[in-house]
Amino acid sequence: MAEFRMPSLGSDMEAGTLIEWRVKPGDRVQRRDVIAVVETEKAAIEIEVYEDGIVEALLVQPGRKVAVGTVMAIIRTEAATEPPVAFEPSSRPEPVKKAAPEKKAAPEPPTIQAPPEAPRIKASPYARRLAAERGVDLRRVEGTGPAGAIGAADVQRTASPTTPEAKPAPPPPAGKPASDSRAAMRRAIAAAMARSKREIPHYYLQTRIDMRRTLDWLAAENLRRPIQERILPVVPLIRAVVLALGEVPELNGFWIDGSHRIAEAIHLGFVINLRQGGLIAPALLNAEEKRLDELMADLRDLITRARSGGLRSSEMTDATITVTSLGDLGVETVFGIIYPPQVALVGFGKIIDQPWCENGMIGVRPILTATLSADHRATDGHRGGLFLDALGRRLQEPSKL
Amino acid sequence: MNSDDIRTVVFEILRRIAPESDPSALDPNENIRQALDIDSFDALNFFVRVNEQFGISVPESDYGGLNTVSEIVGYLSARLG
Repeated sequence: MAEFRMPSLGSDMEAGTLIEWRVKPGDRVQRRDVIAVVETEKAAIEIEVYEDGIVEALLVQPGRKVAVGTVMAIIRTEAATEPPVAFEPSSRPEPVKKAAPEKKAAPEPPTIQAPPEAPRIKASPYARRLAAERGVDLRRVEGTGPAGAIGAADVQRTASPTTPEAKPAPPPPAGKPASDSRAAMRRAIAAAMARSKREIPHYYLQTRIDMRRTLDWLAAENLRRPIQERILPVVPLIRAVVLALGEVPELNGFWIDGSHRIAEAIHLGFVINLRQGGLIAPALLNAEEKRLDELMADLRDLITRARSGGLRSSEMTDATITVTSLGDLGVETVFGIIYPPQVALVGFGKIIDQPWCENGMIGVRPILTATLSADHRATDGHRGGLFLDALGRRLQEPSKL
Repeated sequence: MNSDDIRTVVFEILRRIAPESDPSALDPNENIRQALDIDSFDALNFFVRVNEQFGISVPESDYGGLNTVSEIVGYLSARLG
């Protein structure tokens, strides 16, 4: 028997609300199957099971908010002697090559067309997606969340008022309700970032990279592609990070319990800002196996799901390094804060035309400022410097990306 | 398709990308990237939808001149005309 517990979907999570079970007792499950959907302070996440077995019992009712670690289900495993499921990266199974999670068609972001005078409807991203899927008008849904916010459970209740499990969800038993979901998101970010600044001795390195070759190559490439297949400039940057990590692998991994654990696979967390405020950094899984087209497709899928619901638990827990790109905002330099227990964060600013010397000649070039924030317990500035050097070098040979 | 029809479709597309916004309340000369917080991913989605709705493929080299509702409607009118 194995106990399936509420996973910690990041160092900032204390509790989650079960939205729905995707399995019932007696169902056979395989490692990485999605068995439940849990709403956290940041997003609704599809929760994967970590071993093969048969669902013995579901112990938590949809609508309940339970603390991380609470037993939610019993899974009868084939090898009943195995230790219970664990979710911390420290005790996760080796990141051996795992099959990429099955792709699903990216859902259309739901369109909320309230009359101009109507107040904005407060609803979680997952609730919006669910409402769009089931044809529920959010204006008719009574929100039971903080400040009347509509949660997925409210949408389900409205969508199917006759099914027994659609009884009004009891209010979350946890302490003070958040004043609204935005405040909850802020608290989650605050907890992770405060822990980072408390525990991680950061060092910061910065370099300027001539992006002319990569941008010229990308412009020519995109010109001959249909618009649906165009590649965003951040994608070659992500690819260059992956290749540079191949040269300096110790930046890819964790610092846990006083020791440095270098990860084999590169699960690249990408910071995505959310329209309702706040951010989320799900991982592009096994980024080391992907070239530009696949990275672009995965990034599109990841951003779409981050903003409309449907991220998977492995995407929330497995990131081995984080990349943040603030160039869209006109920011030149990012001084990033590492997401614990990772040991590095790569920041990209806006690409700006600047004077640049090469071979004794001054010209104007599109210049990218790239930064590395790294954990000095795990690596030293010398290795960090080699990483940024490799990054810049890779971006001079875009056709090899 | 006249300018009003084009504007209506452009607003529809913008509402899908920024569901919490009301594009019709924008000043036609306001920079929509800033006003609606459109990032490069949103911008690409916008042009993909423009392509679906109008059959017009906007080359990347034209992106820079398409920052306001009036610029976008004018551009599409010219291309459709």
